[in-house]
Order: sequence, then C-alpha cells, then structure tokens
Amino acid sequence: MSVLLIAEHNNKEVRPFTYNAITAASQINEDLHVLVLGHQADEVAKSLSEVPNVKKVIHVDNEIYENYIAENYTSAIIKHAENYSHIVSSANTFGKNLMPRIAALLDTSQVSDIIKVISEDTFLRPIYAGNAFATVKSNDKKKCVTIRPTSFDPADKSGGSAEITKSDPAEASSSTKFLKKEEVKSDRPELGTARIVISGGRGMQNGENFKLISDIADKLNAAIGASRAAVDAGYITNDHQVGQTGKVVVPDLYIAVGISGAIQHLAGMKESKVIVAINKDGEAPIFSVADYGLEADLFEALPQFLSELNKLNTIQK
Amino acid sequence: MKILVAVKRVIDYNVQIRVKEDGSGVVTDNVKMSTNPPDDNAIEEAVKIKEAGKAKEIVAITIGEEKAQETVRKALAVGADRGIHVKVDNVIEPLAVSKILKKIVEKENPDLVFMGKQAIDDDCNQTGQMLAALLNWPQATFASKIEVKDNALEVTREIDEGLETIEVNVPAIVTCDLRLNEPRYASLPNIMKAKKKPIEQINASDLGVDINPRIEQIKVEEPPKRKAGIKVASVEELVQKLKNEAKVI
Repeated sequence: MSVLLIAEHNNKEVRPFTYNAITAASQINEDLHVLVLGHQADEVAKSLSEVPNVKKVIHVDNEIYENYIAENYTSAIIKHAENYSHIVSSANTFGKNLMPRIAALLDTSQVSDIIKVISEDTFLRPIYAGNAFATVKSNDKKKCVTIRPTSFDPADKSGGSAEITKSDPAEASSSTKFLKKEEVKSDRPELGTARIVISGGRGMQNGENFKLISDIADKLNAAIGASRAAVDAGYITNDHQVGQTGKVVVPDLYIAVGISGAIQHLAGMKESKVIVAINKDGEAPIFSVADYGLEADLFEALPQFLSELNKLNTIQK
Repeated sequence: MKILVAVKRVIDYNVQIRVKEDGSGVVTDNVKMSTNPPDDNAIEEAVKIKEAGKAKEIVAITIGEEKAQETVRKALAVGADRGIHVKVDNVIEPLAVSKILKKIVEKENPDLVFMGKQAIDDDCNQTGQMLAALLNWPQATFASKIEVKDNALEVTREIDEGLETIEVNVPAIVTCDLRLNEPRYASLPNIMKAKKKPIEQINASDLGVDINPRIEQIKVEEPPKRKAGIKVASVEELVQKLKNEAKVI
C-alpha cells in the first residue's frame, strides 16, 4: 500500500518542512503520494511533482482551503484515506493540529513526532522532552504518523515529474472561521532550517539588549532564537522560542547566550552539531551540553565576540 | 456556560527523567508527580471565564490510577466546582482517552472542553484534536488568548509563523498553550474547601469503550549522550575554536 503525505504550503510556495517529511515518508514506503489542499495553489502542486521521491500529486483546489482550517482539511483527507496504508505530515504546528483529527476518525492510534523510521510499522520517537527515546510499533491497520522535520534531511527538489491529478473538495465546516494571521516577517534565515542559530535567554534582561544578539546574527547570517523565559518576559516574540513547546532546531552551530538550560529548552536544541554556551553562572545546566562553554558576562562577551568575528578574513555563510 | 477541563497527572516538569534498566519505561516510583503544566493553564482560563460571569460551572476530570485524583483535587482548590475521576489501571493512549472523554461529554453536556495542548510525559499532542473529531466539534489548538463572545470563542493560536486568530462556534474544544495565562496558586482556605467538593468516581470499564492499546512499546532507552565539552577562557579562544577546530564559522 502507499503513503499519503499532507503538504504544508501558503498557496504559493511549499513550506520547507514538507521536504523533510517527504524524506521520512519515502523511507516508510517508496510509493509516496502528496495531497495539496489549497486555493489557486497550482505552483505548489507543480513544485511537489518535481520532487523525485514523489510518485503522484493529488491537487484539490477550492477557496475553502485558502486558509488552513483543520476541520476542512480533515474531511478532504478522509475521502482519500482508504487508498493508503499511512497518512503522514510534519510534526510542526501544522501537522500537530491536523493529524490527530484524522487519526480519530480513522480509529487509529497516532504515532507522533517520529525521529527515525525503523520499518513500515515501527518508529523511534522522543518522549519526556527528548530525555528518553521510545521504539514503538503500531498495530493499527491504517497508520497516522507525524514526522519531526529536523530529524530528516530535506528531499531533493528537482528532477522528478510525477503525475498531478485533480480531485474534488469535501464539505466545509461552518463552525470554524479564519479571522487573521500575524506572520512575523524577517530577512534572516528561518529558525527551523538555519545553519547557525544564536539564542538569548532571561540573562538578556530586556528586549533592547537583543540588539547584541541581532548584530552577531547579521554577521553570521544566523537565525535568532530565545528561551521560553525570554519570550514569557516579553523580550522577543513567540515565533523565536526554542524548546519542547517551541521549535526544535538542529543547526550546525547553536549559540546559547544568557540561557540557563532548563530541560524544556534543551529538548529543542541539544541535537545541534556544535553548541556554544555563554553564561556568567558556571554551574548553569546549559554547560553540560555545550561543546564550548564560556563563563562570562554576556554584556562584555557579545561585543567582544562581534569584534573578533570582524577580525576574521572570511566567515562561512 | 459549563466548562469541562481535563487534567493529567505526570512526572513533575523539574524532575530529571531516568530510564529503567530493562528498557520497559521510565522510573516513576518515588518520583514527584504533578499536574501537566498546560493543564494548569486550562483550569486557570476556565476559572477566569467563570469569574467574569461567563460560565456557571467548571467540572474537572482526570483519567488514571487512584492517585490521579490529586490533580482533580488541585483543580477544585483553584476554582473548579466538582470533579470526575475515571479510573484506569494502565497507561492508555490518547485515542482511548478521547473515547472516554467523549462518553463523559455526552453525559455532562458541557459547552466547552479545555485541556493542555500536550502532556509532557508522552509528548503526543493528540487528545484535544481527537476528542473534537469524535464529537464533530470545532477545535482551537495551542491557544494563547481566548475571548468569549455570544455562542462563539475568538481564539489566538500559536503557530510556527507567528499567531493565527480563528473563531469557533460553541460547543468547542480548546487546547491551551503555556502563554495563555499565569496559573494561580491555591490558598490554604481554598485547599481546605476543595476537600469538601465532590469527586465522582467512574470505572473506565463501565463506559463501554475500547481502551486497549494499539501501539506496542518495544523499548525505552536513554538518548545518545553528547561528548563532554570544554570551557574556553576567552572570547578570542572561542572564536578560534569555532573557526579552526569545529570549522563552523
């Protein structure tokens, strides 16, 4: 049987984590079909048809899919579910909101947030904020799985030519109305996919001081992250939050500044390739996961860090 | 309006998790347990709505072993009016939890069901959405702001790109984010009063729903450990290491 992946997009472009989910989905079964529910999202369907791992794209075009309403998505997905052994999506706020609604209607016990495909029915997933890994086997006939995007490389985007078939919409829900979306626009790389992330915590003391972080982020072409404490204190908006309840990031370099290293923050960054911690408290738990720890006052260290970076002839971007 | 709030007893968020040597799970004996953190936000929000005169009754429900009642008792101490404890002996999956909750909803007829967006033990993030599906109710997940209107809620949701605002008709399910509010502490007099509030006990087996596990837990292991790092003495040394040793800048 085949795998059906639900694409995440904004009607113009495929959202990047869809490509990571494609990699995992094609490890479950090579016969991977992608469902695009959108409004005038032909470009999205076309882009996905060019992904070599994708064997077929099903495109449903209707204005009820312009905004992403889980109730409307679910009824459309259920219509297609009988042809598939697995329904999958990325385990970000898109897939987390959507997949359980589908699973319940299919009477399936969902496997959330997998980080490894062991076989068609067996997966590895983190529990307790990544403090333990569970190997689980799904005994349901039809399986609903969400995929932690940062645990899989993005799939190649070109070279394929999958067939695109059109399909009819399902009924829309009258009980849920989209009102607005406040997207935070930024010229910086996306937090979830950036090669370098520099994050600030409560030690930053206020929002203005995040300028020290953004100056270095500009220099390194890094994304800016934050601990929950910094977000709760109002220093920075929630879309920057790294952790169990924020985003999980796996950059080549993660720089934690003024972050003590609460369990829930570590869950979001400890798989990063190289971790730097800058903190004046030498006993802070963040040092236990850091490859390079610098015990220092961040208000002295960050300007120095910037000037040392300025001295380098070349910086990898 | 009547609000049903679901709360779960989990290992306290400050406890360092230990994996059992036989790989069968994590150590829970003699470990501090408490209410799943975002479930506290769910209770708090319900209490605030009642205090604003927009809800008449708050019913707190938990599903679990005997001691799970502690979480209901805590909810009663911060403002829930009465409690329900559905007894199960084993850990059950979110699908089974949502089937039990559906039975209770059919009996209690609440206008709203609140719960945390995710339990910090299994990190599944499923129950609210599943219950919404089974009841064919609208869902507002990851709520960071709730405004009660006539027969509807305006809910601001935390999503990857920022914030999204939707309107859901009542009855509805809301799953709560940690930023929704600041949960209050129970005062001593209220803890004493809560002891007198009723908690109805129901055996899950009497509800006639299939709660058998569908997922086999084959093993639980510790995540791979990171190799020990070093402390650097200066910013200059740090930059040199990043450039020449780690080769990441």
